[in-house]
Amino acid sequence: MKYSRLIVANLFRKKTRTALTIGSFAVALFLFGLLQVLHGAFSQGVAVAGADRLVVVNRVSIIQPLPLAYRDRLLRTPGVSHATFANWFGGVYQDEKNFFPQFAIDTQGYRQMFSEFTVDDDQWQAFLGDKEGAIAGESLAKRFGWKLGERIPIRGTIFPGNWEFNLRGIYRGERVQDDTMQFWFRWDYLDERRPGRRGIVGWYTVRVANPDDATTVAKAVDEQFANSPFEKKTDTEKAFAAGFVKQMGNIQLLMMTVGSVVFFTLLLVTGNTMAIAVRERTRELAVLKAVGFSDAFVLIMVIAETIVVAAVGGALGLGLAKLLTLRGDPTGGLLPFFYLSPSAVALGFALSLAVGLIAGFLPALSAGRLRVVDALRRV
Amino acid sequence: MLHDLDLDVEAGEFVAFMGPSGSGKTTLLNLLGGLDLPSEGSIRVAGDEITRMSGSKLTAWRARHVGFVFQMYNLIPVLTAFQNVELPLLLTKLSKTERRQHVEAALTIVGLADRMRHYPRQLSGGQEQRVGIARAIVADPTFLLCDEPTGDLDRKSADEVLDLLDQLVREYGKTVLMVTHDPLAAKRAHLVRHMDKGALVPAE
Repeated sequence: MKYSRLIVANLFRKKTRTALTIGSFAVALFLFGLLQVLHGAFSQGVAVAGADRLVVVNRVSIIQPLPLAYRDRLLRTPGVSHATFANWFGGVYQDEKNFFPQFAIDTQGYRQMFSEFTVDDDQWQAFLGDKEGAIAGESLAKRFGWKLGERIPIRGTIFPGNWEFNLRGIYRGERVQDDTMQFWFRWDYLDERRPGRRGIVGWYTVRVANPDDATTVAKAVDEQFANSPFEKKTDTEKAFAAGFVKQMGNIQLLMMTVGSVVFFTLLLVTGNTMAIAVRERTRELAVLKAVGFSDAFVLIMVIAETIVVAAVGGALGLGLAKLLTLRGDPTGGLLPFFYLSPSAVALGFALSLAVGLIAGFLPALSAGRLRVVDALRRV
Repeated sequence: MLHDLDLDVEAGEFVAFMGPSGSGKTTLLNLLGGLDLPSEGSIRVAGDEITRMSGSKLTAWRARHVGFVFQMYNLIPVLTAFQNVELPLLLTKLSKTERRQHVEAALTIVGLADRMRHYPRQLSGGQEQRVGIARAIVADPTFLLCDEPTGDLDRKSADEVLDLLDQLVREYGKTVLMVTHDPLAAKRAHLVRHMDKGALVPAE
């Protein structure tokens, strides 16, 4: 601690330069934080997917339906303990920019299948007792200021017409990553209003009794429906969610690329700044060595200065990113999940320190190797 | 390059080295201070043969035995006079209170007890050099190596610094080895040795 004053004093030597370097770290880490938030938003489905759940879709395409009658056959498949289904609705609430996912759900099995979403019993009963009943995620309800009992009109696009729902419940997510931007209504209500296409569902979700058997059960399901009019493709929920994300492009690669470029630039900028700082202080470093400070001390001191800059800048950037996420999703609910996790903050901070360490190493090494006699003569 | 150099300095002596530029005066000081090593020969200080020491041992030895006073003062501009003087003590095991007592004592000796919170830019050249001397003596080294300590000062300030070095020798028994171009400064020393082309001119 007795050396900290020396390190801090050196940092305040050129206040503008230190502030700008800290600023570089802050901007880079702020961007990192946002990229992590976006990455989390896109891959949230993968992260929260249940290990014991399989998603069964039509082999041709997810938009091709499956017969409701297959539910019982699925339940008879060895290893399957539960099955439920849902349908994508794709309606518009007031304006097209107010996008949120709407699902017509199976009232018998959906709640049990997705136990991470909790709905109060009285609200669930009210939902079951009203054919036009609906349940909204708490983020969604908050976004539009919906209260229980509210009448919610939605214009159908896939299923034409004006649909009206009564908000009977609000579900919450158990984990912070759980998507609470969904809108559920009763599948039987949908089925009733599409006379020509009754008895079909969008996809099934099945639970396997033993998560270790997920792959075997998926194969068994697909084989069971091979050569039938509705061949199926069964994946684990994680694989299904990952495939869904992939449809939007390789977001992970894009983010990795942007992040790498930012950090590499930061590395060069900081390294150059520290090299200049060391060069300017050649005589002082020589004096420190002359009075008895070791080469190792000088090396560590220069690295410590860079790490302090990296730590302050990193904390600032990540703090700002966290603050932004606390203010809520700026897209107005387009992202199902807008959250900077503690692990992402820790990763960002570690990266920041690592960049500081690497950027400071070469200048620190040259400072450590400085020969007092040469340095005093040179300047 | 120094050659055929044979020099003995007794403890408590004040020796001045004079000579033209390039005669090897500063190189001699660097060797005596363990900042540079001779290609051959030996340097023994207070019983220690420093030419055979490893780098880290030499650094520790320097911290314990040598106080440097430079022509350009070489204070750290972002530290106060107090903090500059305290630097060599950071390498010791002294407590914060003990360090403060030592620094205050050193600054009192050089007559700058009332300037300890000042930064170098707030001090005159003479005062800066006195802070440099305080830094050199604060850890109570065996000897002081002064490389043209008055070279950058006006006459009055130079005399004050020389008075101070004189006082350190007389009252505190310090050994002072000083390189100078200034004949008036050299006159203060007990002994003046001249150098030329890397060798000591035989004493008269």
